[in-house]
Amino acid sequence: MTPVASQPHVYADLDVLRRTWSSRPGLLGWLSEINHKAIGRRYILTAFIFLLLGGIEALLMRLQLAKPENTFLAAARYNQIFTLHGTTMMFLFAVPVMEGMGIYLVPLMVGTRNVAFPRLNAFGYWMYLAGGLFIYGCAFFGMIPDAGWFAYPPLSGPQFSPGKGVDVWAQMITFTEVSALCVAVELIVTILKMRAPGMSLNRMPTFCWSMLVQSFMIIFAMPAVMIASTVFLLNDRTLGTHFVNPAEGGDPLLYQHVFWFFGHPEVYIIFLPALGIVSSILETHTRRQIFGYPALVLSLVGNGFIAFGLWVHHMFATGLPQIGEAYFTAASMMIAITSGVQIFCWLATLWTGRLRPTAAVHFVFGFIFIFVMGGMTGVMLASIPLDLQTHDTFFVVAHFHYVLIGGALFPLFGGFHYWFPKFTGRLIDETLGKLSFWILFVGFNLTFFPMHWLGIVGMTRRVYTYVPGLGWEHANLLATIGAFVILSGGLVFIVNVLRSRRSGPRAGSDPWDASTLEWETTSPPPPYNFPNLPVVPTRTPLWTPSAERAIVTGLREDRREILITSVLDAQPHHRSVQPRPSIWPMLTALGFSVGLAGSIFAFYWYYVASVLGMVGLIGWFWPERPLEVKP
Amino acid sequence: MNQSMWHASGSNAAHIRELAIFFGILLGVIFLIVVGLALFSLRRRHRGIEQEPLERSHQASERTEARLRMVVGIATAVTLLILFGLTIVSVSVGKSVSASVAPANSLLIEVTGTQWWWKIRYASDDPSRILRTANEIHIPVGRPITIRGSADDVIHSFWVPSLQGKRDLIPGRTTLEWLQADRPGEYRGQCAEFCGLQHAHMAFWVIAEPPAQFNQWMEHQLQPAVEPADDETKQGQNIFLNSACVLCHAIRGTDAGAHAGPDLTHFGSRKTIAAGTLPNNKGNLAGWIADPQNVKPGTHMATVPIQPAEMQPLIDYLESLK
Repeated sequence: MTPVASQPHVYADLDVLRRTWSSRPGLLGWLSEINHKAIGRRYILTAFIFLLLGGIEALLMRLQLAKPENTFLAAARYNQIFTLHGTTMMFLFAVPVMEGMGIYLVPLMVGTRNVAFPRLNAFGYWMYLAGGLFIYGCAFFGMIPDAGWFAYPPLSGPQFSPGKGVDVWAQMITFTEVSALCVAVELIVTILKMRAPGMSLNRMPTFCWSMLVQSFMIIFAMPAVMIASTVFLLNDRTLGTHFVNPAEGGDPLLYQHVFWFFGHPEVYIIFLPALGIVSSILETHTRRQIFGYPALVLSLVGNGFIAFGLWVHHMFATGLPQIGEAYFTAASMMIAITSGVQIFCWLATLWTGRLRPTAAVHFVFGFIFIFVMGGMTGVMLASIPLDLQTHDTFFVVAHFHYVLIGGALFPLFGGFHYWFPKFTGRLIDETLGKLSFWILFVGFNLTFFPMHWLGIVGMTRRVYTYVPGLGWEHANLLATIGAFVILSGGLVFIVNVLRSRRSGPRAGSDPWDASTLEWETTSPPPPYNFPNLPVVPTRTPLWTPSAERAIVTGLREDRREILITSVLDAQPHHRSVQPRPSIWPMLTALGFSVGLAGSIFAFYWYYVASVLGMVGLIGWFWPERPLEVKP
Repeated sequence: MNQSMWHASGSNAAHIRELAIFFGILLGVIFLIVVGLALFSLRRRHRGIEQEPLERSHQASERTEARLRMVVGIATAVTLLILFGLTIVSVSVGKSVSASVAPANSLLIEVTGTQWWWKIRYASDDPSRILRTANEIHIPVGRPITIRGSADDVIHSFWVPSLQGKRDLIPGRTTLEWLQADRPGEYRGQCAEFCGLQHAHMAFWVIAEPPAQFNQWMEHQLQPAVEPADDETKQGQNIFLNSACVLCHAIRGTDAGAHAGPDLTHFGSRKTIAAGTLPNNKGNLAGWIADPQNVKPGTHMATVPIQPAEMQPLIDYLESLK
């Protein structure tokens, strides 16, 4: 191999590498895309479109609730909109956007060329897109779910929710869960088997740790929701089973248990990657190694375990045995310990670092403020007597928007500002970034803080209107005004992204002087990510003097070769060849999607799904010579 | 009119309110400390780390790190202790307000949630003293009340925040809770579990009265409906008994005995109509009977064709059922 003169320390033929790893051109190439950066970008962009849709739904709800007995939205329409809002935000925005961040960043952070199963990755994206198009496509034909994003039977059952809306909801879950499981498998294998040599587990960036824990949580949590939504609910509705239909001896509480066994970990599935993002931003912008790395990582893992032990706090009002409820109170309180440790570590990092107050850091401070308050109300909700008063009121609405928007969306926005140079090659405008932060921060608190009070003075959730005279008018109006402030903050952010993407100053590979590997390669990264795979000597490789750093040579450049390393210490193990781009994952997803979508109308569509999916899989796995480019 | 845990008027709600204030103050202080520490970190001068060679090593000195470890360790230990304390306090308050300690002399009232109103049944060993009513629960002040809840169709949740936390009403199951009003008053409650189209308009009233007054109310409610006193109400009764109204409603003392809809025997004595949707007066009642879907879209109350000339006698009759 010949060193390339213009780039020091590169022992690779970049032209061959580029040709080996490039995607095919044209529409066919676009549909056959399997590069993790392209797929990650698609996840993020698609999720943002759904965020906008969910946001519009939120604004419509706020307009309806601005004054008592408002007639802006009819009851039926309001119920559809809040169902769509919750479903969109949970399944079509929050989880996929975090997965997109993971798919884009994890291979760069662990120093490899792609995710472990690139075709599965593409398949996962297409399933997610199909699920989103399915539920919104059906909405145009009036098939809109209206039983809430949790779809409790018997209300969601065939008797009380006739029509196809709830079927669409339940089947959409199947799409997004398949997608989430694909990503989870990708990321686990990428993280455990494809780290750069030397990156032992205790040198792995906290973001990768958070994605690893999140992925394991997905693998345990998502099957539960498929059992709830598909096996119980959809079968009760379409095949006439009676899993959760009390009229036929089924048990509606069984559904709640299984749903929340997924539903509570779901919150941490959304929120753990955000913790990783916060650690990344803080480490870079305080100029010091994050304090308490082992404690942070153990807290992440602890969060992952505890998250599975507290689902019953969503069901305190159902009258379960007291001893069990006490256990779930204690478990719910415990999550505050692991979360607390992380906050303390970040505070310690802040106190002893040299902070650069960038826009990303603004979002981290916003996160600390909002998330800690959400954590405090969370501790209140863990207490059964307090929960019995505040459950299903606006107090809970306030609480989970504080933890989800504060705990996930603010770090995510911070992460966008932080990684924007890497994604696009250009710096994002800091002034506009800070402006959007302040508008979002003020708007958020204006919208959701009054909801704490609304809950305490008795306003229940999921009501399309309320009678005057209960003292709820002012707080509701304030919340509606706040919602529009949030909208304007979002618009500033969008303007900033579009403007900076076109005309921001060039970023260079490492504008922040950051510590982790994704900043070593050019911005945006080339299709092969790194000319030579790096060797990792410390936990903060880019802060290690370059004399102490090595690179990997000996991988073939004319084939899509990647290095497989050992799980614990990332010792080089063997080389592996990745498949070439293929349109079959897209076609397979299309086949399954058509069948799954059809199956809510007639059972035989399941056969169609099987046959089409099988055809797709045959094409996908048809033996082929690995790609080899001519030097 | 209030529906607020803040205006606690019963011992259970008062305990929970105290607990909320305790949690709120303690956690509020912790919140302020954490945010204060984060903001204070922005004041570089106070950090005493100006000598740290961060730009080169990206690591604080071993002494600083050791101090940080100690502080974070202590903070974690304190968190643990606080949470332990909160759990103990919470569980003990939870025990005191839970159904398992409902006093033995309590009055048993069965509440059945149904889309979108409340069936109320005062239980008694003496069948002649079982009372059915709807959407309005009268209780004696100072006596514990056990609410035995269930649901006919979907899950509902019974909630009177001024008196007690909520309890779900689940079809096929029975749930229990107990409450007690410590002073007379009218307390609004509302369904707290999303139950479909008119979840928003599924309210009820708990009216706490001194025991003597309550007994008087009870005795009166146990009586059959008052007979029409004049021609107008007599005509109204005929209209009622000869229309589709009787397919769903009961008026004791007449031939109307169906229980798909609220029992109307003493309808005129209730505060509101359509489960807390409108104040009970003749104008609202006429609007409700003429076009229920306009007042409460999706309600299962049928639109019974009533001739305009029949409306006045009908509502006069219903309002006379004090």
